[in-house]
Amino acid sequence: MKSLEIKKLRVAIGGTRILQDVSLSMAPREIHAIMGPNGSGKSTFAATIMGRPDCAVQSGSIRLFGKEIRKLDPEKRAHAGLFMSFQHPVEVPGLSTEHFLRTAYNTTHPRTRLGPVEFRTRFEMYANRLRISIDLARRFLNEGFSGGERKKLEVLQMLVLEPRVVVLDEIDSGLDVDALKLIAQAIRARARKGTSVLLITHYARILKYLKPDRVHILIGGTIVKSGRAALANAIERRGYEKSVDGTKIVRRNS
Amino acid sequence: MGSRGRQGTANMRRSNVQDGLFAPDKVSYIHRTPRGLSKRIVEEIAYVKKEPEWMRRVRLSAHQTFLRRKAPVWGPDIASVDFANLHYYIRPTEKVAQRWSDVPAPIRKTYDRIGIPRAERKYLMGVMAQYESEAVYHSIQEKLAQTGVIFTDMDTAVRQHPEIIQRYFGTVVPAADNKFSALNTAVWSGGSFVYVPAGVRVALPLQAYYRINAPQVGQFERTLIIAEPGSYVHYVEGCTAPRYSTSSLHSAVVEIIVKKGARVRYTTVQNWSKNVFNLVTKRSFVYEEGIMEWVDGNIGSGVTMKYPSVYLLGRKARGEVLSMACAGTGQVIDAGARAIHGAPETSSRIISKSISKGTGRTSYRGLVRIPRGMRGSASHVSCDALLLNPRARSDTYPRMEVYEPQARVGHEASVGRIGEEQLFYLQSRGLSEQEAVSMIVAGFVEPIAKELPLEYAVELNRLLEYEMSNAVG
Repeated sequence: MKSLEIKKLRVAIGGTRILQDVSLSMAPREIHAIMGPNGSGKSTFAATIMGRPDCAVQSGSIRLFGKEIRKLDPEKRAHAGLFMSFQHPVEVPGLSTEHFLRTAYNTTHPRTRLGPVEFRTRFEMYANRLRISIDLARRFLNEGFSGGERKKLEVLQMLVLEPRVVVLDEIDSGLDVDALKLIAQAIRARARKGTSVLLITHYARILKYLKPDRVHILIGGTIVKSGRAALANAIERRGYEKSVDGTKIVRRNS
Repeated sequence: MGSRGRQGTANMRRSNVQDGLFAPDKVSYIHRTPRGLSKRIVEEIAYVKKEPEWMRRVRLSAHQTFLRRKAPVWGPDIASVDFANLHYYIRPTEKVAQRWSDVPAPIRKTYDRIGIPRAERKYLMGVMAQYESEAVYHSIQEKLAQTGVIFTDMDTAVRQHPEIIQRYFGTVVPAADNKFSALNTAVWSGGSFVYVPAGVRVALPLQAYYRINAPQVGQFERTLIIAEPGSYVHYVEGCTAPRYSTSSLHSAVVEIIVKKGARVRYTTVQNWSKNVFNLVTKRSFVYEEGIMEWVDGNIGSGVTMKYPSVYLLGRKARGEVLSMACAGTGQVIDAGARAIHGAPETSSRIISKSISKGTGRTSYRGLVRIPRGMRGSASHVSCDALLLNPRARSDTYPRMEVYEPQARVGHEASVGRIGEEQLFYLQSRGLSEQEAVSMIVAGFVEPIAKELPLEYAVELNRLLEYEMSNAVG
């Protein structure tokens, strides 16, 4: 069974059409990359899969393990095994990261709930793996974190919550090379455990460390081309316009 | 959305009824004055309590002041307080009980529900519980007495420690301060008296539980805390009240004297039922190098007016007011702080956090006064408001009277709503909208909650969760 299957998705925000006829399907363990220039609708695509309320699905379907989720609230999608990392993770002052994440874990894993001590062990193990200092992890959710720290914390959340399908929205932006290698490693480890990974990115940089099974190019709200990992290299060398022959590129501002 | 807010309040009440907190109990009253207030009633109170002549005079004079003074013309509307229709004194049992088993059964049951004995077993040193207008249960462990600490109800203190009471009573909050301090001085009953001798540090918080349990009962506690030089005490006051349709008035006076190098912390979690007018005067005098901290949480009541004050009267005296308010539909919580810098090198810090939902209104009303000559003084005020519905309201009335050019004064204020993006972020991790709102609200009040004793912090979070149910619309 496909883990994530999107068919002819058409999405508008505030009455403006952002995506049309986007289709994509992924199997467990697969890593797909969505690439595209600014304003092509990449982030809207990610947010729509997760169910952001302002992304109105006008037609098409989003199936998670065969189950239609386009009308579900975001938390129900999370319960079904979906996770999205945010391009701009949100600050919640006063909310302990660890407390929040344990609550999130226990609501998404009702059968294997963890007590505070068990959870802390797991939390610290993953934090160590990502070289996130325990002090940082103990702070309030994203409050006062640098851009890079926030991205690492998104990956930490992904590891802890053990989702089966993840959508990573520009997880690579704002990271130095060392951090990039670390999170690529973590994502690869997640995929080996059966999770499908949909990477949304501007640059092929992360794809050096994370070989995608498929690369899709999203331009003007539509997937104009799909191919193997080599397509990403072509984009890196020649830019979007020359890599996508015969397609008129419509740019919009994001 | 307002209607959903009301629903939320109703749900919370139902939950509390299930908990048994708001279920009225049947208690027979040994003595109760007729409705209304007159010179005769004031005399009757003094007589029934077998008070010394000086206290009788204090009461009668305060009654005159009460009649002369007008209610404040600023702040929330309190015109519906029907002074003529209240009972000013109610005493449920004959005398102050010494042991838990001496407390009459129905009252004990009520306290069992609130959880006092359990709390006491766990870690309280002294518990004094207030039922109606008088303390009925009061225990002080040996250890406290050995160090010379006095922790008793105010009525007992007047009889047993008249020299201390006569010296300090009404010196921090004079009867003539405002209409409600005059009323309290005339008809006060119950409340706590704490005396900490020089150099004694009371390691565990002293706690008192208050409860209004009859319709139209006015409660007029009078609390006096004296911390001698170099001493320390943390006093905790918490309230929970059953709900009735007729209005109830709660008008307490709290006086605190912090002598040289002493430190006092006074913590309140107030959860009066929504029909209670909670009009409280809380003030402290802080002398050289003394520290006074007010931690004040307001969740219940229909109308609250409360501005804990610090009068910094000696060099390097320090005052802090941390105040939290949560107002739902129909509630008006007008809270804040006053810091009066009466000596050089004094410092004050005021942190106010308020949450309004439904049609609830919160206000921060503050005053910082630094007269000329108070060199090296500093004050910092920050007030944040969180609005959960479009019809909720929050106002800020910060007054800064700073005449000392060398004083350092800071003020910051913010009003916010819970952002869509914040909600989506938490929901995308598996939390429901309501859980997400609760977490955001809990985070918002965290700077205050972390200052509360653990069980109060837990209680506060639980109450806020009730309040937040269906708060989103």
